[in-house]
Amino acid sequence: MLEVAGLDAGYGNVQVLHGLDLAVAGGEVLCLMGRNGAGKSTALKAIMGLVPPAGGAVRLDGVRLDGLPAHEIPRHGLGYVPQGRRLFAELTVAENLEIGLMARGHGAPTRERVLGLFPRLRERLGQVSGTLSGGEQQMLAIARALCLEPRVLLLDEPTEGLQPSMITLIRDTILALKASGVATILVEQRVDAALALADRIAFVVTGRIAETLPAAGLAPEAPAFRAHVGV
Amino acid sequence: MDFGPFLLLATMEGLVMAAVLALTAVGLSLVFGVMRVVNVAHGEFFMLGAVLAWFVTASVPGPPALGFAAALVVCPLIVGGIAALADRAILKRLDYDPEATIVATIGLLYIFQQAALSLYGPDARPVQAPFDWRLQFPWFGYSGYKLAVVAAAALLLLGVRQLLVRSRIGLVMRATQYDRETATAFGIDVDRVYALVFALGAALAAVAAVLIVPIQQAHYLMGGDPLLLSFIVVIIGGLGSLRGTVLAAVLIGLSDGIVSVFFSPTLAKILATLLVALVLVFRPQGLFGQRAA
Repeated sequence: MLEVAGLDAGYGNVQVLHGLDLAVAGGEVLCLMGRNGAGKSTALKAIMGLVPPAGGAVRLDGVRLDGLPAHEIPRHGLGYVPQGRRLFAELTVAENLEIGLMARGHGAPTRERVLGLFPRLRERLGQVSGTLSGGEQQMLAIARALCLEPRVLLLDEPTEGLQPSMITLIRDTILALKASGVATILVEQRVDAALALADRIAFVVTGRIAETLPAAGLAPEAPAFRAHVGV
Repeated sequence: MDFGPFLLLATMEGLVMAAVLALTAVGLSLVFGVMRVVNVAHGEFFMLGAVLAWFVTASVPGPPALGFAAALVVCPLIVGGIAALADRAILKRLDYDPEATIVATIGLLYIFQQAALSLYGPDARPVQAPFDWRLQFPWFGYSGYKLAVVAAAALLLLGVRQLLVRSRIGLVMRATQYDRETATAFGIDVDRVYALVFALGAALAAVAAVLIVPIQQAHYLMGGDPLLLSFIVVIIGGLGSLRGTVLAAVLIGLSDGIVSVFFSPTLAKILATLLVALVLVFRPQGLFGQRAA
């Protein structure tokens, strides 16, 4: 569904991605793992057009996305959950969701469905989002992305710094989305979380994919983790 | 005249000034709040509004009210359009770099000023008020038009607030203000929002100028005072805080009116500038602003 071929990108003179290739199909979770600075977050930002790619191609069902103005990319059905959540902190929960709904012109049915996934948010619709707890903020960040009814979901460390019950909830949500046919790219630092969710794990080393392995049958002590992630 | 009526007169003069100042300063504050651009050319948008109001009222035949109504609609639109063009042609190309935009808007200031001098000339020209109804107090008569200015400014400010808080475009503006990159990731065309905000800020200055021009006359150098006072108001109120800006405009407008009447206009400016200095030292985020994140 989403194909990335030979993607080059970086910030100013610093090139971070060096010909990154990956592909993810509908109903599949691809996990990106790698050391800090390997280019995992940059890969997501380059797909979203937030870091303009210097070379290579991004295709969604054959349609070229790279080179489009960055604000048009999400309208093709890409939902993005940035690292650190990046909520519109001074807007209310309802307003954050409204921004998500506006992106592709979805209305009340989508909103209801998303709030059905996260009933805690429904109780806090009028609350300023910056005052939510960390877990609730992460729910809102995911809910906001789901308001686009995405075909591809990009999640950048969604469970970072959360308590175990919240991690379970977010994992269940990702599995439910996978079951509904959404293609998911997940950046994850923790091996157990990656193995629990991913169909395939792609190891990012200095801006390119060093190795892609099926998650099934992979043990936490597999050599790939030691070689590429350092755990 | 006794002290009481004299104070009433001074207060009313102050309110008129506060009304026009609030409109102008809200425009400046909005542009800074959303775009982080310190618009040094803001006073020239005010001047352009006044000068265009003279052209429009001079070219519309019929009763003065008709020409004035036309100016009230046309001038903010033209000035907003000019601002949107300036944003697209200049500020966007500088990638909204804070220092570069200050220098660029200084350049715009001179371009607009000299353009007005060339096309409009060095004279101060009056625009006739749309009506000259007078309110007769026991001690003095007062221009009904000035009171209408206060009412119109209050309505417009209320409208801006509703636009920001209730409308979709307001929501988009606020989201862009908090996080430009994430807004882009949710399909918001930040360039368009910026052009719109810059146009809206300029249009507010222009509409304030149209309202004031029957009282003050249009002149190509009239942008200096509104710029200085808007900065004073915005700093006291807190950059980016609309409520603070409006309250500070009332404070500065009233004190300016009252001090000018009882003492001297120079003392009024000294006090306003002193207040800014004190705010900057003791409460740099302004009375109602939040500390920069």
